[in-house]
Amino acid sequence: MSKVLVVTSGKGGVGKTTSTAALGAALAQSGQNVVVVDFDVGLRNLDLVMGAERRVVFDFINVINGDAKLAQALIRDRRIDTLSLLPASQTRDKDALTPEGVARVLDELREKFDWVICDSPAGIERGALLAMYHAEVAVIVTNPEVSSVRDSDRIIGLLDSKTAKAEAGEKIDKHLLLTRYNAARAARGEMLKTEDVLDILSIPLLGIIPESEEVLRASNLGAPVTLNNPTSAPARAYFDAVKRLQGDSIAMTVPTARRGLIGKLFGRRVA
Amino acid sequence: MSLWQMFSRRGSAPVARERLQILLAHERALGGGQGDLVAVLQEEILAVIARHIAVDRDKVQVKLDRSKDYSTLEIDIEMPPIATLAAARASLR
Repeated sequence: MSKVLVVTSGKGGVGKTTSTAALGAALAQSGQNVVVVDFDVGLRNLDLVMGAERRVVFDFINVINGDAKLAQALIRDRRIDTLSLLPASQTRDKDALTPEGVARVLDELREKFDWVICDSPAGIERGALLAMYHAEVAVIVTNPEVSSVRDSDRIIGLLDSKTAKAEAGEKIDKHLLLTRYNAARAARGEMLKTEDVLDILSIPLLGIIPESEEVLRASNLGAPVTLNNPTSAPARAYFDAVKRLQGDSIAMTVPTARRGLIGKLFGRRVA
Repeated sequence: MSLWQMFSRRGSAPVARERLQILLAHERALGGGQGDLVAVLQEEILAVIARHIAVDRDKVQVKLDRSKDYSTLEIDIEMPPIATLAAARASLR
Protein backbone atom coordinates (compact mmCIF):
# COMPACT_ATOMS: atom_id res chain seq x y z
CA MET A 1 0.00 0.00 0.00
CA SER A 2 1.31 3.37 -0.95
CA LYS A 3 1.96 6.08 1.62
CA VAL A 4 2.33 9.83 1.24
CA LEU A 5 4.70 11.31 3.80
CA VAL A 6 5.49 15.00 4.29
CA VAL A 7 8.74 16.23 5.77
CA THR A 8 7.96 19.60 7.29
CA SER A 9 9.08 22.01 10.03
CA GLY A 10 7.84 25.56 9.61
CA LYS A 11 11.31 26.93 10.24
CA GLY A 12 13.93 26.89 7.52
CA GLY A 13 17.39 25.41 7.82
CA VAL A 14 16.55 22.70 10.32
CA GLY A 15 17.26 19.80 7.96
CA LYS A 16 14.08 19.09 5.99
CA THR A 17 15.81 18.51 2.66
CA THR A 18 18.70 16.58 4.22
CA SER A 19 16.19 14.42 6.08
CA THR A 20 13.99 13.91 3.01
CA ALA A 21 17.02 12.68 1.07
CA ALA A 22 18.27 10.48 3.92
CA LEU A 23 14.87 8.97 4.81
CA GLY A 24 14.01 8.45 1.14
CA ALA A 25 17.33 6.77 0.41
CA ALA A 26 17.16 4.64 3.57
CA LEU A 27 13.67 3.43 2.65
CA ALA A 28 14.85 2.67 -0.89
CA GLN A 29 17.91 0.88 0.51
CA SER A 30 15.50 -1.35 2.46
CA GLY A 31 13.94 -2.38 -0.86
CA GLN A 32 10.96 -0.02 -0.99
CA ASN A 33 10.02 1.89 -4.11
CA VAL A 34 10.43 5.54 -3.19
CA VAL A 35 9.96 8.92 -4.84
CA VAL A 36 11.07 12.16 -3.18
CA VAL A 37 9.15 15.23 -4.34
CA ASP A 38 10.48 18.77 -4.01
CA PHE A 39 7.67 21.24 -3.21
CA ASP A 40 9.97 24.25 -2.85
CA VAL A 41 9.07 26.03 -6.08
CA GLY A 42 11.61 28.72 -6.88
CA LEU A 43 14.16 27.50 -4.36
CA ARG A 44 14.64 23.86 -5.22
CA ASN A 45 17.50 22.09 -3.50
CA LEU A 46 16.55 18.46 -3.16
CA ASP A 47 18.09 17.80 -6.60
CA LEU A 48 21.39 19.25 -5.37
CA VAL A 49 21.43 17.32 -2.09
CA MET A 50 20.64 14.12 -4.03
CA GLY A 51 23.36 14.82 -6.59
CA ALA A 52 20.92 15.01 -9.52
CA GLU A 53 21.16 18.75 -10.25
CA ARG A 54 22.67 18.22 -13.70
CA ARG A 55 20.00 15.76 -14.75
CA VAL A 56 16.91 17.97 -14.29
CA VAL A 57 15.09 18.43 -17.59
CA PHE A 58 11.42 18.68 -16.64
CA ASP A 59 9.94 19.47 -13.24
CA PHE A 60 6.82 19.20 -11.09
CA ILE A 61 5.22 22.31 -12.65
CA ASN A 62 5.88 21.02 -16.18
CA VAL A 63 3.97 17.87 -15.25
CA ILE A 64 1.12 19.86 -13.68
CA ASN A 65 0.85 22.05 -16.78
CA GLY A 66 0.96 19.06 -19.09
CA ASP A 67 4.23 20.18 -20.73
CA ALA A 68 5.80 16.86 -19.80
CA LYS A 69 4.71 13.39 -18.78
CA LEU A 70 5.43 12.32 -15.22
CA ALA A 71 7.84 9.63 -16.47
CA GLN A 72 9.85 12.29 -18.32
CA ALA A 73 10.24 14.44 -15.20
CA LEU A 74 11.15 11.65 -12.76
CA ILE A 75 14.89 11.22 -12.24
CA ARG A 76 15.97 7.75 -11.18
CA ASP A 77 18.86 7.63 -8.74
CA ARG A 78 22.05 6.19 -10.24
CA ARG A 79 23.05 4.45 -7.00
CA ILE A 80 19.74 2.84 -5.94
CA ASP A 81 17.28 2.06 -8.69
CA THR A 82 14.26 2.03 -6.36
CA LEU A 83 14.77 5.73 -5.59
CA SER A 84 13.42 8.54 -7.80
CA LEU A 85 13.22 12.30 -7.60
CA LEU A 86 10.59 14.72 -8.87
CA PRO A 87 12.33 18.12 -8.87
CA ALA A 88 10.63 21.45 -8.21
CA SER A 89 10.69 24.24 -10.73
CA GLN A 90 13.44 26.78 -10.23
CA THR A 91 11.98 29.55 -12.35
CA ARG A 92 8.20 29.41 -12.29
CA ASP A 93 5.75 31.36 -10.24
CA LYS A 94 4.72 29.72 -6.96
CA ASP A 95 1.07 29.97 -8.02
CA ALA A 96 1.77 27.42 -10.73
CA LEU A 97 1.52 24.79 -8.01
CA THR A 98 -2.27 24.31 -8.09
CA PRO A 99 -4.24 22.16 -5.64
CA GLU A 100 -5.81 20.19 -8.51
CA GLY A 101 -2.46 19.71 -10.24
CA VAL A 102 -0.77 18.52 -7.06
CA ALA A 103 -3.63 16.10 -6.35
CA ARG A 104 -3.41 14.65 -9.86
CA VAL A 105 0.37 14.17 -9.82
CA LEU A 106 0.36 12.66 -6.31
CA ASP A 107 -2.36 10.18 -7.37
CA GLU A 108 -0.20 9.11 -10.27
CA LEU A 109 2.86 8.78 -8.00
CA ARG A 110 0.90 6.67 -5.51
CA GLU A 111 0.31 4.11 -8.25
CA LYS A 112 4.00 3.79 -9.04
CA PHE A 113 5.66 3.97 -5.62
CA ASP A 114 5.39 2.53 -2.11
CA TRP A 115 6.41 5.85 -0.56
CA VAL A 116 5.82 9.37 -1.84
CA ILE A 117 7.96 11.70 0.28
CA CYS A 118 7.10 15.38 0.00
CA ASP A 119 9.86 17.83 0.93
CA SER A 120 8.01 20.90 2.20
CA PRO A 121 9.29 24.44 1.78
CA ALA A 122 9.83 26.45 4.97
CA GLY A 123 7.04 28.70 6.16
CA ILE A 124 3.28 28.19 6.35
CA GLU A 125 2.32 29.48 2.91
CA ARG A 126 0.84 27.81 -0.15
CA GLY A 127 3.76 25.47 -0.93
CA ALA A 128 3.98 24.20 2.64
CA LEU A 129 0.21 23.70 2.88
CA LEU A 130 0.10 21.86 -0.45
CA ALA A 131 3.03 19.64 0.55
CA MET A 132 1.18 18.51 3.68
CA TYR A 133 -2.36 18.39 2.30
CA HIS A 134 -2.36 14.84 0.92
CA ALA A 135 -0.06 13.30 3.54
CA GLU A 136 -1.03 10.38 5.74
CA VAL A 137 2.23 10.56 7.65
CA ALA A 138 4.13 13.68 8.73
CA VAL A 139 7.70 13.90 9.89
CA ILE A 140 8.27 17.14 11.77
CA VAL A 141 11.94 18.05 11.69
CA THR A 142 12.95 20.02 14.79
CA ASN A 143 16.22 21.32 16.17
CA PRO A 144 16.60 21.51 19.96
CA GLU A 145 16.32 25.28 19.79
CA VAL A 146 13.48 27.63 20.83
CA SER A 147 12.48 29.06 17.44
CA SER A 148 12.43 25.65 15.79
CA VAL A 149 10.29 24.14 18.56
CA ARG A 150 7.83 27.03 18.39
CA ASP A 151 7.47 26.72 14.62
CA SER A 152 7.04 22.96 14.90
CA ASP A 153 4.17 23.53 17.32
CA ARG A 154 2.54 25.80 14.75
CA ILE A 155 3.02 23.23 11.99
CA ILE A 156 1.49 20.50 14.18
CA GLY A 157 -1.59 22.74 14.52
CA LEU A 158 -1.79 23.07 10.74
CA LEU A 159 -1.34 19.32 10.21
CA ASP A 160 -4.32 18.79 12.52
CA SER A 161 -6.53 21.29 10.68
CA LYS A 162 -5.44 21.94 7.09
CA THR A 163 -4.86 18.47 5.66
CA ALA A 164 -7.23 16.18 3.76
CA LYS A 165 -7.08 13.75 6.70
CA ALA A 166 -8.00 16.46 9.19
CA GLU A 167 -10.83 17.69 6.98
CA ALA A 168 -12.21 14.16 6.88
CA GLY A 169 -12.15 14.08 10.68
CA GLU A 170 -9.20 11.70 10.81
CA LYS A 171 -5.85 12.11 12.54
CA ILE A 172 -2.67 12.47 10.55
CA ASP A 173 0.14 10.24 11.78
CA LYS A 174 2.76 12.64 13.19
CA HIS A 175 6.36 11.91 14.13
CA LEU A 176 9.09 14.09 15.56
CA LEU A 177 12.57 13.90 14.08
CA LEU A 178 15.03 15.73 16.30
CA THR A 179 18.02 16.82 14.24
CA ARG A 180 21.37 18.46 15.03
CA TYR A 181 21.24 16.98 18.50
CA ASN A 182 24.31 17.29 20.64
CA ALA A 183 23.95 14.83 23.52
CA ALA A 184 26.94 16.24 25.41
CA ARG A 185 25.59 19.79 25.36
CA ALA A 186 22.11 18.57 26.33
CA ALA A 187 23.64 16.71 29.28
CA ARG A 188 25.40 19.91 30.38
CA GLY A 189 22.10 21.82 30.29
CA GLU A 190 23.22 23.93 27.34
CA MET A 191 20.71 22.50 24.88
CA LEU A 192 17.09 21.39 25.18
CA LYS A 193 16.96 17.68 25.93
CA THR A 194 14.94 15.21 23.89
CA GLU A 195 12.48 14.89 26.80
CA ASP A 196 12.04 18.68 26.93
CA VAL A 197 11.10 18.84 23.26
CA LEU A 198 8.83 15.80 23.54
CA ASP A 199 7.12 17.26 26.62
CA ILE A 200 6.43 20.51 24.83
CA LEU A 201 5.31 19.13 21.46
CA SER A 202 3.77 15.86 22.72
CA ILE A 203 4.08 13.83 19.54
CA PRO A 204 5.90 10.48 19.24
CA LEU A 205 9.61 10.49 18.52
CA LEU A 206 10.81 8.96 15.25
CA GLY A 207 14.51 9.45 15.79
CA ILE A 208 17.35 11.60 17.08
CA ILE A 209 19.90 12.62 14.47
CA PRO A 210 23.16 13.65 16.11
CA GLU A 211 24.92 16.78 14.95
CA SER A 212 27.68 15.51 12.69
CA GLU A 213 30.24 16.58 10.12
CA GLU A 214 29.03 13.68 7.99
CA VAL A 215 25.83 15.54 7.10
CA LEU A 216 27.66 18.45 5.47
CA ARG A 217 30.15 16.09 3.84
CA ALA A 218 27.30 14.12 2.25
CA SER A 219 25.56 17.24 0.93
CA ASN A 220 28.87 18.57 -0.41
CA LEU A 221 29.15 15.37 -2.41
CA GLY A 222 25.51 15.24 -3.46
CA ALA A 223 24.65 11.99 -1.72
CA PRO A 224 22.10 11.24 1.01
CA VAL A 225 24.07 10.57 4.20
CA THR A 226 22.71 7.01 4.39
CA LEU A 227 24.33 6.29 1.01
CA ASN A 228 27.49 8.30 1.42
CA ASN A 229 28.53 6.78 4.73
CA PRO A 230 26.04 4.15 5.90
CA THR A 231 27.96 3.39 9.10
CA SER A 232 28.23 7.02 10.24
CA ALA A 233 26.26 8.13 13.31
CA PRO A 234 23.62 10.21 11.45
CA ALA A 235 23.14 7.47 8.83
CA ARG A 236 22.52 4.87 11.53
CA ALA A 237 20.04 7.24 13.17
CA TYR A 238 18.19 7.64 9.86
CA PHE A 239 18.15 3.86 9.28
CA ASP A 240 16.61 3.39 12.74
CA ALA A 241 14.05 6.11 12.02
CA VAL A 242 13.04 4.36 8.81
CA LYS A 243 12.60 1.05 10.64
CA ARG A 244 10.32 2.79 13.12
CA LEU A 245 8.37 4.33 10.22
CA GLN A 246 7.80 0.80 8.95
CA GLY A 247 6.42 -0.25 12.32
CA ASP A 248 9.46 -1.84 14.00
CA SER A 249 10.02 -0.92 17.61
CA ILE A 250 13.67 -0.18 18.14
CA ALA A 251 15.22 1.19 21.31
CA MET A 252 15.78 4.94 21.01
CA THR A 253 19.46 5.80 21.11
CA VAL A 254 21.59 8.66 19.89
CA PRO A 255 24.18 6.96 17.70
CA THR A 256 27.72 8.21 18.26
CA ALA A 257 30.64 8.22 15.88
CA ARG A 258 32.64 5.02 15.90
CA ARG A 259 36.30 5.85 16.18
CA GLY A 260 39.46 3.80 16.01
CA LEU A 261 42.10 3.85 18.72
CA ILE A 262 43.92 6.83 17.19
CA GLY A 263 40.64 8.69 16.81
CA LYS A 264 39.76 7.90 20.41
CA LEU A 265 43.10 9.25 21.59
CA PHE A 266 43.26 12.35 19.45
CA GLY A 267 39.83 12.86 17.93
CA ARG A 268 37.45 15.55 18.99
CA ARG A 269 34.11 14.63 20.44
CA VAL A 270 31.36 15.17 17.93
CA ALA A 271 28.32 14.22 19.96
CA MET B 1 34.68 34.32 33.75
CA SER B 2 35.53 33.89 37.40
CA LEU B 3 36.03 30.51 38.99
CA TRP B 4 32.80 30.98 40.93
CA GLN B 5 30.83 31.69 37.77
CA MET B 6 32.27 28.61 36.13
CA PHE B 7 30.97 26.37 38.86
CA SER B 8 27.69 28.10 39.54
CA ARG B 9 26.65 28.55 35.90
CA ARG B 10 23.31 26.91 35.30
CA GLY B 11 22.61 25.70 31.80
CA SER B 12 20.42 27.86 29.59
CA ALA B 13 18.27 24.93 28.48
CA PRO B 14 15.89 25.08 31.49
CA VAL B 15 15.24 28.75 30.67
CA ALA B 16 14.49 27.82 27.04
CA ARG B 17 12.14 25.11 28.20
CA GLU B 18 10.20 27.40 30.51
CA ARG B 19 9.93 30.21 27.97
CA LEU B 20 8.62 27.80 25.37
CA GLN B 21 6.07 26.29 27.73
CA ILE B 22 4.62 29.69 28.60
CA LEU B 23 4.63 30.96 25.03
CA LEU B 24 3.08 27.88 23.48
CA ALA B 25 0.38 27.61 26.14
CA HIS B 26 -0.77 31.09 25.08
CA GLU B 27 -0.36 30.55 21.35
CA ARG B 28 -2.32 27.30 21.42
CA ALA B 29 -5.15 28.91 23.37
CA LEU B 30 -5.44 31.64 20.78
CA GLY B 31 -4.95 29.38 17.76
CA GLY B 32 -1.67 30.92 16.76
CA GLY B 33 -3.16 34.35 16.09
CA GLN B 34 -1.48 36.12 18.99
CA GLY B 35 -0.11 38.99 16.90
CA ASP B 36 -3.51 39.50 15.29
CA LEU B 37 -5.26 39.81 18.65
CA VAL B 38 -3.07 42.71 19.72
CA ALA B 39 -3.61 44.42 16.37
CA VAL B 40 -7.40 44.00 16.61
CA LEU B 41 -7.47 45.29 20.20
CA GLN B 42 -5.40 48.30 19.23
CA GLU B 43 -7.75 49.13 16.31
CA GLU B 44 -10.94 48.73 18.34
CA ILE B 45 -9.71 50.63 21.38
CA LEU B 46 -8.56 53.43 19.11
CA ALA B 47 -11.98 53.54 17.41
CA VAL B 48 -13.78 53.84 20.76
CA ILE B 49 -11.52 56.65 21.91
CA ALA B 50 -11.81 58.48 18.59
CA ARG B 51 -15.57 58.62 19.08
CA HIS B 52 -15.07 60.90 22.08
CA ILE B 53 -11.75 62.64 21.67
CA ALA B 54 -9.45 63.41 18.80
CA VAL B 55 -6.38 61.40 19.62
CA ASP B 56 -3.23 60.84 17.62
CA ARG B 57 -2.92 57.24 16.38
CA ASP B 58 0.70 57.12 17.40
CA LYS B 59 -0.20 58.04 20.97
CA VAL B 60 -1.97 54.76 21.64
CA GLN B 61 0.30 51.94 22.73
CA VAL B 62 -0.94 48.43 23.33
CA LYS B 63 1.44 46.04 25.05
CA LEU B 64 1.00 42.45 26.04
CA ASP B 65 3.02 40.64 28.67
CA ARG B 66 2.53 36.98 29.30
CA SER B 67 3.63 34.99 32.29
CA LYS B 68 2.81 31.54 33.57
CA ASP B 69 -0.21 32.38 35.73
CA TYR B 70 -1.52 35.64 34.30
CA SER B 71 -1.13 38.01 31.39
CA THR B 72 -1.41 41.75 31.29
CA LEU B 73 -2.66 43.94 28.49
CA GLU B 74 -1.26 47.42 28.88
CA ILE B 75 -3.00 50.25 27.07
CA ASP B 76 -1.24 53.58 27.15
CA ILE B 77 -3.06 56.56 25.65
CA GLU B 78 -1.46 59.95 25.60
CA MET B 79 -4.28 62.51 25.89
CA PRO B 80 -4.14 65.84 24.11
CA PRO B 81 -3.67 68.97 26.32
CA ILE B 82 -6.74 69.99 28.38
CA ALA B 83 -7.36 73.15 26.31
CA THR B 84 -7.45 71.23 23.03
CA LEU B 85 -9.70 68.68 24.66
CA ALA B 86 -12.18 71.27 25.89
CA ALA B 87 -12.30 72.94 22.51
CA ALA B 88 -12.86 69.64 20.77
CA ARG B 89 -15.66 68.70 23.17
CA ALA B 90 -17.34 72.04 22.68
CA SER B 91 -17.29 71.59 18.92
CA LEU B 92 -18.80 68.13 19.30
CA ARG B 93 -21.86 69.46 21.14
